[in-house]
Amino acid sequence: MPGFEKQSMNGFSACVAVIRRDLTLAFRSPGQAINPMAFFLMVASLFPLGVTPDREVLAELAAGVIWIGALLAVLLSLDSLFKSDQDDGALDQLLMSPHPLPLLVLAKVFSHWLTSGFCLTLMAPLLAIMLHLPSEAFSALMITLLLGTPVLSLAGAIGAALTVRVQRGGVLLTLLALPLYIPVLIFATGAVNAAVQKMPYTGHILWLSVFLVLGICLAPLAIAGALRVINE
Amino acid sequence: MLNVLQLSCERDDRLLFSHLSFQLCPGEILQIEGRNGAGKTSLLRIIAGLSSSYTGEILWDGQPLAKVYADFRLDCFFLGHKPGLKLDLTPLENLAWRSRLANTTVSHEGLLAALDRVHLAGYEDIPCSHLSAGQLRRVAFAGLIASQARLWILDEPFTAIDLEGVVWLESLLEEHASLGGMVLVTSHQPLTDRQGSLRKLQLETFAKDVLYDEQEVLDAGL
Repeated sequence: MPGFEKQSMNGFSACVAVIRRDLTLAFRSPGQAINPMAFFLMVASLFPLGVTPDREVLAELAAGVIWIGALLAVLLSLDSLFKSDQDDGALDQLLMSPHPLPLLVLAKVFSHWLTSGFCLTLMAPLLAIMLHLPSEAFSALMITLLLGTPVLSLAGAIGAALTVRVQRGGVLLTLLALPLYIPVLIFATGAVNAAVQKMPYTGHILWLSVFLVLGICLAPLAIAGALRVINE
Repeated sequence: MLNVLQLSCERDDRLLFSHLSFQLCPGEILQIEGRNGAGKTSLLRIIAGLSSSYTGEILWDGQPLAKVYADFRLDCFFLGHKPGLKLDLTPLENLAWRSRLANTTVSHEGLLAALDRVHLAGYEDIPCSHLSAGQLRRVAFAGLIASQARLWILDEPFTAIDLEGVVWLESLLEEHASLGGMVLVTSHQPLTDRQGSLRKLQLETFAKDVLYDEQEVLDAGL
């Protein structure tokens, strides 16, 4: 047994370990990560069938459809974010870590975004083509998704932390997270629609950046607090 | 050193224990005994800092626990009912994650040696979903060996462990105590005291005391 000497704190390596583990888990059982992406694809491909295949109508709806699809897909994937760790006791170890809990949950949310929001962003151009989104709005769509989906993960993780003890807490999670999602949805679709009409959309992008910065600063504190209180 | 002073815990309007005081010094093993639902797990979770539904004081090295949580967590290893292992990962990956999280850097060889000590050599690259319940417990014990924590908090560690393993685990606890570590353990298993380091704490006595006290108050009132 090694001696009881003190070691210097290395929070960064703990964060890397958290991200690595969550990504490895996502790769080992990909069903969990593929589910939201399949949902996203289905929403976008069923829309022309259900509403109209008309090119102009679809182009008008495209921004909203893609963003609502992405939003619901992220919501779908959030339920298991902390619950799987709670089920097998790994959450206790996260809470028992000497490193700051907000830092560790930020790492967890980041790996969640990599397996959900980031993948959805990569799929978005395909869906935009399917829905005849004008090509000049592509960059706006990608920027809003890159800035907006991390906010969805961060805000949703607060709800996921609060419902970690609730069996099948999906509905409750939706109710908690949706109010926080609405501003993101409004500004993101606003930006894409402005781009479609060849108008400047910098203002919308700046607002989304504000949400992202606020989310990165404040959401980890709320998530960590919620986990400590709920996992008594 | 761990000092618990006048600790009381209430759960669902039921008093689990009250005015519980004890001290755990380096080199000691303290076994918490009590029937099912007596509050053993609640007590361990309170001391581990996972639960704050208590009144009373907990001191770690003479300081209030709430003030020195970061130091305490560096020095404490908590093993609950659920060992916290991911079934999709291999034992080695699970151990590496946990030691990284607990800020202990253990080399690959160190983790292999720990797995060897729990008789799981050769299992390091097999997914945990292929291991039995007892083997999973052993993986968790390997984490215990690899950690550098002074205080071990173990909740029912003997569950799913075979007879040979029970003897082995007891000697592991004794070895930790003899090196100046502290062990807080709940178990229905009667532990044998071979080194004089084992103490036992009956949790029920702290629940009954209060009932008697209340009765006395009532008697005095009458």
